[in-house]
Parts: sequence; structure tokens; C-alpha cells
Amino acid sequence: MATVPHSLNDKSVTRSFKEKTVKMLGVNPQDAKFTKTYMFVAFAALLLGGLLGLLQGLNRAGFMELPAQLYYQVLTAHGVLLVVVFSGFFTIGYFYAAMSHTLGGLIPKVRKLAWTGFALKIAGFVLAVIPILMNQASVMYTMYPPMAASPVYYIGMALIVVGIWMCAFGCFVQVANWRKQNPGKHVPILSFFATGAFVLMFFGSLPVAIEVLVLILPWSLGWVDTINVMLSRTLFWAFGHTYVNIWYLTATSAWYVVVPKLIGGRRWNDTLTRVVVIALVIMNITGGFHHQIIDPAITEPIKFMHVFMSLAIGFPSLMTAYALFAVFERTTRRQGGKGLLGWYKKMPWGDVRFLAPMIAMIGFIPAGAGGIVQSTNQLDQVVHNTLWITGHFHLTLGISVALTFFGISYWLIPHVSKRVLTPQMNKFGVVQTILWTVGMVIMAGAMHTVGLFGSPRRTAFTTYFDNATALSWNPYMTLIGIGAILLVVAVAMQVYAAFNLMFFAPKGEEEFPVAEAEVGDVTPYWTERWGVWVVLLIIVVAMAYVVPVTDMIVNAPPGSPPFKTW
Amino acid sequence: MHRSEKVWLTLSFGMIMLFMLATGYQSFALEMGPPSNMETIDPQKVDQTAPFDNPGVKQIGDKEYEVVMTLQLFSFNPGKLEFPAGSTVHFTLTSKDVVHGFQVANTNLNAMIMPGHIQKITQKFDEPGEYLVLCNEYCGAGHQMMATTITVK
Repeated sequence: MATVPHSLNDKSVTRSFKEKTVKMLGVNPQDAKFTKTYMFVAFAALLLGGLLGLLQGLNRAGFMELPAQLYYQVLTAHGVLLVVVFSGFFTIGYFYAAMSHTLGGLIPKVRKLAWTGFALKIAGFVLAVIPILMNQASVMYTMYPPMAASPVYYIGMALIVVGIWMCAFGCFVQVANWRKQNPGKHVPILSFFATGAFVLMFFGSLPVAIEVLVLILPWSLGWVDTINVMLSRTLFWAFGHTYVNIWYLTATSAWYVVVPKLIGGRRWNDTLTRVVVIALVIMNITGGFHHQIIDPAITEPIKFMHVFMSLAIGFPSLMTAYALFAVFERTTRRQGGKGLLGWYKKMPWGDVRFLAPMIAMIGFIPAGAGGIVQSTNQLDQVVHNTLWITGHFHLTLGISVALTFFGISYWLIPHVSKRVLTPQMNKFGVVQTILWTVGMVIMAGAMHTVGLFGSPRRTAFTTYFDNATALSWNPYMTLIGIGAILLVVAVAMQVYAAFNLMFFAPKGEEEFPVAEAEVGDVTPYWTERWGVWVVLLIIVVAMAYVVPVTDMIVNAPPGSPPFKTW
Repeated sequence: MHRSEKVWLTLSFGMIMLFMLATGYQSFALEMGPPSNMETIDPQKVDQTAPFDNPGVKQIGDKEYEVVMTLQLFSFNPGKLEFPAGSTVHFTLTSKDVVHGFQVANTNLNAMIMPGHIQKITQKFDEPGEYLVLCNEYCGAGHQMMATTITVK
């Protein structure tokens, strides 16, 4: 194990009774099984999704021929596996482990709800995958009507949503139960993050549930002839953007709570941390509209308001940027770090549990800046639907989220499997992290650049009949292919590490690293008023959506019949 | 809260506000806002509805043109357009089937073309050359073939 420096102030840490019991008894075996199962599914999805990603990279680089139809089938599966399954299962498995750890074990009712959710999601996933494999659902996970997949695909998606609701209700029951038993106390910070994430998962999936159940299913089953294209798309993005932000919120929880412990420090100001969570929950859903900046049927003033609502989410992220680097500097200076920047040398760079989320945080600086660019009217018009966008979410999801999740997996999987992270595995993880970073930087860098030149996303290999402009993009396409090759090696290593830590690593106890608050850090109780935050969330959503959605319904053109175009 | 954090957050807030002011100024004062046309059309009767019953290029002034164009699986109608350098071109577009994208590389032309909705966008072509027009929204098995050109002489 790489040496992790301990906080100089550790003496003053008063450990609660509950924490001692957890330490003595270790992780609750039933809760551990739940998280282990989720991690198993997440990393199996990563392996499959990664391999499909390689095929796409090789095809776009021109290294390998792939019939166009197959390319789009592969692309649909890649998106569903990585954006929906990998991120979704990891997030839920991680937050349930966090709730079990910080709230004294899951209560049986919650466990039952969460397993029901698991069964529904797996059933939904199988139903969604069958039509993809049979070439009946090459519509991407965005499923924009009037392209119509087999109804089975949409039923699968609906089941996944209901499964997520079960897990969200499980979280609400667990937290409510804890609060009843601990009146006047603050919910422990990781469970506070979990509450925020599940509140968003619930409210963020309502629009897509309406889209699928009310608009798409009756139409794809042939019960109604036509669909409102604009309304479906708008409901989709209220969900789609919220979900990627939930994966980001999950990563943020580890940055605020886990990483300070790994460098031997304490957390950032507790109140401000909770304010960031609350702000992200209240303002998130309305961010989805910036995906529609160059759509018809939305007026310019409404679009301008949505630019504002999207950029507002940038503010809590900028608070986070300050907080994290302040924690690093404060901690390392206490350990004797000197100079304006000399303190960074004190950080445990050789510890994969730290290194991976640290690169993830640094990656969020360009990723967030790119996000601000493309949420703004004229700048979006330059890059909309180009490979720039693909590059953007390979930075945000591929670096900021995925690397944080990888870093977590190196301690969470052994923690729930009663095994340990050996020094050899740690080294293996460091190499894997670097390989992944290099691959992603090459690929996402090339995508951003060639996107600026106009190369479109979601397009099979093409030179557009040997058009000179399209041919000039080829060197960047080669870089994308090279990046994809490095990435698939890193995926294989990560999946090997996950399964090794789950089944084969030496037995023992691996710590669940949770940093303590600073001594004397007192938080006012108003941060716990979730009822108020949910009402504010609903008000913000209403401000953003009531006018344009009413317009889309009342002034709708005649609808569109279904098309199968692949 | 630390003084340095207050400074940082004030700067952050100010930066977002400046961004908003710049975006608003460009959109509403300079009329550089994103394509946001509100007109609708019956997507199953595009061929019978004016102006799409007669797609094509029409000169409406000195070096000013209007293009009425339909997008369908997997083509642009009309395609292979030609304009003299310095022309201002007003595009009026709709889709006859699924959602398409209308993008011209090396220009700011980029708009979503939705069935049932008429989209409008304008561009001045100063530089002579051949411009690649492509669909940037996945629309089916032939999506990667959906392209044409605009030649500026």
C-alpha cells in the first residue's frame, strides 16, 4: 500500500460510537452483497461498452471497415452501456454503500426496495438490448422521434426508470428513518450527497417517463398515428442533461469527502459543501434546454433565459473548484508544504485512490469551460452536433466522472469484498490511470479540434464522396483511433482490477475513507430542509418549462408518423 | 468565508454575468441569435405546401438569394448550389421525414431541421471556394452519405 500521510490533528478526532461498531463488525454483509452486485454489473458494462467504443474509434479512423448499419447499432449499444448502465449502476452501488456505512446499515425494507429496483433495471436492460441486437432499435439512447424503434426497446427504458425510482425511494426511506432516530442532527455528508442525487434521479426521470409512456409507447404500438416531435425531444433533454449531472454530482461527493481523507486532511466547510449540493439539485433540470439552442419552435428570449439557467449551474462548480484546491493547500501546508506551489509535492501521487480522482478534478477545468462555451447561443451554433460535443462528454464523463469512479473502485470493491488493495495492485492502478488519461486526452483533444472544423458526431466513416474539407479531417480521425486503442487497454486493465479486487485479492479489511469536518465547524440546521429545496426545484422547473412547453403543445403542427430509417 | 474565496466567487459571478451580457448583446442588438423560427407545417404534406412545393434558389436582390430547401432521407433538395462571392443567402428549410441537421463546414450555418417546423437561417459567403453541406443529426443507415456542396465563385 502506498503510504498515506495521516493528519497531524488526528488526535482531536472524536470517533462516534457508530463508527467504532462499523469498524469492529466491518461492513454489513447483506449491504456489501448489494453493492458488489451493482459493481459487477457496472464493470461488465464498462468492458462491453469499451470494446464497442474501440470498434467505433477504429472505424472512424479508417482502420477498419464496418457496415454503416452496424456502426449505428454499435453506437447505440455503446451509449446505453456506458451512459446508462455503467454510470447508473456505479452511482447507485456507491451511494448505497455510503448510506450503509454512514447511517449504520440499511434497514431491511430499504434493502428489499433496492433489490426490487435492481431486478426491474436488469429486466429493462435485457428488454432494451434485445431489439438493439436484432437491429430493431438503432435510434441511440436519445431516441428522437419520429425515428421509431421496436416498442420493446421503450418498455425496457421505462422499466429501467421505474427501477431507478425504487432505489430513490429506498434512499428516502433510509434517510427519513435515520433522521427520526437522530432528531436535530445533520445527515452525514455522504448520505446528504446521496439524498441530493436520488432527489434529482427521481425528478429528472419524470419527464422521460412522460415522454415514453404518454407519447412514444402508444405511437410505436400503433395506437395513435402521429407524435409531437418537438415536445418529445424537450422532455428527453430535461432528463438527459440532469442524469449526466447526477453522475457528476456523484464524482463531486468523492472529491469533497473521500479525497481529503486520502491526503490526510479534513473536509471543506460543511455548510458550503451542503450549499453546493442544494444548488446543484435546485438548478439542474432546466440545464437540459441548452441542447436545443439551434432548434426551431423556441423563441429567442426563452433561449436566452435558458442560457442563463444553464450557466447558473457553473457557479456551484466554481465554488467547488475553489474549495478543493483550498483543501489541498491547507492540508499539505499543515504537513510542511512550502512555497506558492511547492505544497503540491506533498500529495500522495503514488496512491491510485488519490491519483485517479485528482486527474478527474483537473480534467474538469477544461471540461467545465468547454461546457460553458457550448451552452451559449452563438458558440453552440459553431459546435452543435459536431465531434466537439463528443469530445466534451468524453472529458466530463470519460475523465471527470469515470476516473473518479475508477479511483473509488480501488477501495470500495475490496471494502465490500473483505479484501485489500495490495501495493502491486495499487501500482497496476496507477499505470492504468495514466494510460486512460493519455488515451482520453488524445481522443477528446482530437474530437474537440476536428469538431471546430465541422466534423459531425454520430456519423459512420465517410469522406463525403472524397470532399476536400472532409479529407482534411482524416489526421484527427487517426488520432481518435489511436486514443480508442489506448483506452480499450485501460478498460481491460480496470475491469481486471475490479474483478480481482472482488474475488481474488488477499483477504482483509479495506478502509472506507470519509474525511471529518474541521474542528469547530458548525452547520446551521436549515441545510436539512429538503422540503424547501424540492419546492424551489419545482418552481425553477416551472419557470423554465411552462411557457415553452405550453407553446409546443398548443401551437403544435400536425404530428409525425413513425419511421424506421436504418 | 475567506477573503480570497469571496474574491474568487465575486469574479466567478462577474464572469458569468459578463458572458450573459455579451450573449444578450449579440442576440438582441446585433441580431446574431440562434435560428429560432416559429412557423409550422404539416410534415406529411410538405410537397403540397408553399413554398416547399417548389424548392429551389431564387434571386431576390443584388447578390441576395433565397433558398427553399427540403431535407429528406438522405439528401438535400436542391443540392449543389452556386453563388457569386459576397452573396447573402437566406435559407428556408424543413424536413419531410425524421430530424436532420443542416450544417455547412467553415461557416456558422448550423440548425436543427425538424419535421413539422420551418427553420430559417442566413449566411453571407465572402470567401470563394467549395463548402461542404452535411447532415449532423443521426437520421438512419445512410446518414454518413447525406451531404452536398455550395460553390462560391
